[in-house]
Amino acid sequence: MDVEILARLQFAFTISFHYIYPPLSIGLGVTMAVMEGLYLKTNNKEYEVLTRFWIKIFALIFGIGVATGIVMEFEFGTNWAVYSRYVGDIFGSALAAEGIFAFALESGFLGILIFGWNKVSRKVHFFSTVMVALGSIFSAIWIVVANSWQQTPAGFHIVGEGMWARAEITDFWAMVFNPSSMERLSHVIIGAFLAGSFLVMSVHAYYIYRGKFVEISKKGFKVALVIAALSSVAQLIVGSISAEGVARNQPEKLAALEGHFDSLKTADMYLFGWVDKEAQKVYGLKIPNGLSFLIHKDFNAPVRGLNYFPKDEVPSQVNMIFQFYHIMIAIGMTLIGLSLYAVFLWWRGKLFDKKWLMLIFSFSVLLPQIANQAGWYAAEMGRQPWVVYKLLRTSDALSKSVTAEHVLFSLILFMLVYTLLFVLFIYLLNKKIQHGFDDFEDDLPSLKRDNPIMSKEDL
Amino acid sequence: METILGIDLPTWWYLVIGAVFTGYTILDGFDLGAGAVHLFFNKEESRRVALNAIGPVWDGNEVWLVIGGGALFAGFPEVYASLFSAFYIPFMLFLVGLIFRAISIEFRSKEKMKWWRNLWDRSYSIASIVITLLLGVLLGNIIQGIKIGEGFVYQGTFLDLLNPYALVVGVTTLSLFMMHGCIYLVMKTENRLYAKLTVMVKNTTNAFIVLYLILTGYTLYHVPYMAKKFHDEPVLYIVPFLTIGCVVGLKLLVKRRKYFMAFILSSLTAMLLLITVALNLYPNVLISSIDPAYTINIYNGASSAKSLKIMLLMAAIGMPIVATYTTFVFWTFRGKVKMDETSY
Ligand code: HDD
Ligand code: HEM
Ligand code: HEM
Repeated sequence: MDVEILARLQFAFTISFHYIYPPLSIGLGVTMAVMEGLYLKTNNKEYEVLTRFWIKIFALIFGIGVATGIVMEFEFGTNWAVYSRYVGDIFGSALAAEGIFAFALESGFLGILIFGWNKVSRKVHFFSTVMVALGSIFSAIWIVVANSWQQTPAGFHIVGEGMWARAEITDFWAMVFNPSSMERLSHVIIGAFLAGSFLVMSVHAYYIYRGKFVEISKKGFKVALVIAALSSVAQLIVGSISAEGVARNQPEKLAALEGHFDSLKTADMYLFGWVDKEAQKVYGLKIPNGLSFLIHKDFNAPVRGLNYFPKDEVPSQVNMIFQFYHIMIAIGMTLIGLSLYAVFLWWRGKLFDKKWLMLIFSFSVLLPQIANQAGWYAAEMGRQPWVVYKLLRTSDALSKSVTAEHVLFSLILFMLVYTLLFVLFIYLLNKKIQHGFDDFEDDLPSLKRDNPIMSKEDL
Repeated sequence: METILGIDLPTWWYLVIGAVFTGYTILDGFDLGAGAVHLFFNKEESRRVALNAIGPVWDGNEVWLVIGGGALFAGFPEVYASLFSAFYIPFMLFLVGLIFRAISIEFRSKEKMKWWRNLWDRSYSIASIVITLLLGVLLGNIIQGIKIGEGFVYQGTFLDLLNPYALVVGVTTLSLFMMHGCIYLVMKTENRLYAKLTVMVKNTTNAFIVLYLILTGYTLYHVPYMAKKFHDEPVLYIVPFLTIGCVVGLKLLVKRRKYFMAFILSSLTAMLLLITVALNLYPNVLISSIDPAYTINIYNGASSAKSLKIMLLMAAIGMPIVATYTTFVFWTFRGKVKMDETSY
């Protein structure tokens, strides 16, 4: 295999792995901040115990997020040296800001969050939790701004020629507020809220389903449900704004997302389907002319299709892009359905009566995770063959001194290490979940009453 | 060229990066040193105390590396690109080292089994040693220059990077961090572990002093330009003299068990050694051993003036904030390690 394929594989593999964790910590961060805020406000011990339980899980997730994030930062230089030269002037400042303003905040206060429960006052601890939550949101801001600049470059000019060409900043704020950054950032952060809140709901639903720690789990579930319901609806709105943005800024990508080939014709919108690239056709269930309507608010308006553009400037993996995009949307709709149904039952006072619903919620954590990954895959593969849209091709962006053997070596190394990491992560997460609130029985006597029939088999 | 207080922008950024990497060396230096000597503690209790001594702070300390990497990317993209792709294999091993250190600290306490804890203790310690050695090797290669050619592309091989000089710098760095880590630990511990550490501090200090002398001799012989700025500008001789003063002071303070002061001095030693390198390297950053025309310095490798100005502003706002809450966190966890249910 050639260096380009290997380097892309390695980048996709390592970032996908990294991206399992940050959305969970961002979402869990706000959920914990709300729980601890409720504790401060109501003095209800249950919220204290909930917060402390989730801090332990947060620590585990966060640790792996940090360990895998550093890989990403170094990988730009090791594998994509030409790209790094090209974007350093612009991208670098975002990365530096991320370090100074976000990571330092997060990691600094993390010590107090985890180890400081008995060392600082309640208010200071709450403050630390809020800082960690804020820090993790800041981490998302700068990196997504940098990525959005690659998708829709702005606020720069090109200096130098040929091998020495590179982008230089001319207007910092135009770079930060490039045409896609705000909508993509909102979309990513809401996606993270969904990931975190569904994790909390999943675990508590599991306890309720098994009849363990029931009372406290009801409290935890409800806190997360509020966040999840608001986020899932917001995500649909932000997502469609994003789609309009793609139509404006990256029409080739939009065409790939819906598998639209004809160069200038009305375009359909699919619920699901399969793209036959040879025949330039999509088989599936569609809303005729739906895309035309979504973009132009007119069923008869033409939309530029893939054939409209030069052949070497459109993404090639049309079916994959189509599938990832539609998986994300299908999941988005499912999340709205699930969380609004739960809110409805809550309103009727029957939220925890249906065991099957709790079983579904137990597994629901997987959905936002898949949607987050799928969304990125659609967005990033839809940008190909460019690494910086219309400016730098992916195939030109590689490090010249790095050979295929090097990359193969590191790719295998990361695959081994990450597999081990993932297995251990799941094992320890499961262990913590099975262990549940046992450690807190002394703090909260009602926990004991709650589980009269806990037997060895339950553990 | 634009200047602030008479100093041009790339030089300012050179100073910022220098400050960040110095901060990293001093802060993560003691974590890595504590990790490197971890297996010398035999009892479970001692190992736990040693881990909890760095527990609340190591992650924050490592962020200095992340900031440094970002700062290099931002200010000197040519250096970032050439250096990182040249050191491909070492950087990959370095990353794996960082991953294993992080997860070993995190995972160790999660199971009670003896084999489990031993496994993570070993991986923690080996990872700390590997990270430190690689940092030293990297520094050694930067001092003597690497085979940068046409287009700032590295033309050497992986094995070129493992030359004797770089290895000596690596081992010296390891001894410096071990000493620094032991001094940190001795301040955080009590009773038998404290007694054991007083001996370890002594031994590591001696080891460091011997290696420091060897390295100084080797450097003067092998890369004489490392003393050139001192000859040109004799006031600067203050730097090597202060370094020697610190090393002598260290020896005396360790003997008298004044560990807090010793910690300050070992931090200063690390800082002065880095200042020596930075001073003599300036204005170059990555020296080409093939042809000086391919040497990357702070002018041909820098970002635009505009970008540098924006980032200097960010650093001016951000650094004091970071310093404030870092101090607050260290203050919260001051004193001897006391275990509770939140400990590792
Ligand atoms: C700020 C930069 C940045 C950010 C935040 C992300 N990416 Fe990315 N991604 C890149 C910068 C980048 C890149 C360096 O620009 C790559 C490498 C090669 C390429 O073409 O773009 C890339 C490629 C790339 C590819 C390979 C595409 C292909 O080769 O067809 C995938 C699958 C992803 N990314 C997935 C992700 C995921 C799941 C992310 C969520 C965390 C993510 N990216 C965030
Ligand atoms: C290529 C892109 C990326 C790079 C270079 C990168 C870099 C990093 C680095 C260096 C760290 C460790 C920081 C530390 O030491 O504390 C980290 C952690 C983190 N990153 Fe990324 N990252 C990338 C993508 C993302 C994305 C897309 C998000 C979110 C939307 C994100 C959110 C976070 C968060 C929240 C953390 C803290 C650890 C955690 O919560 O798990 N990162 N990242
Ligand atoms: C509900 C309907 C949704 C719509 C209409 C929608 C729309 C979009 C569009 C058009 C993009 C591509 C943006 C670009 O390439 O610049 C995108 C990307 C993305 N989506 Fe969605 N989305 C939806 C739901 C979700 C959900 C539920 C999640 C996660 C929980 C999610 C996570 C993401 C992520 C992480 C990206 C990549 C980042 C980005 O480009 O913004 N999306 N989405």
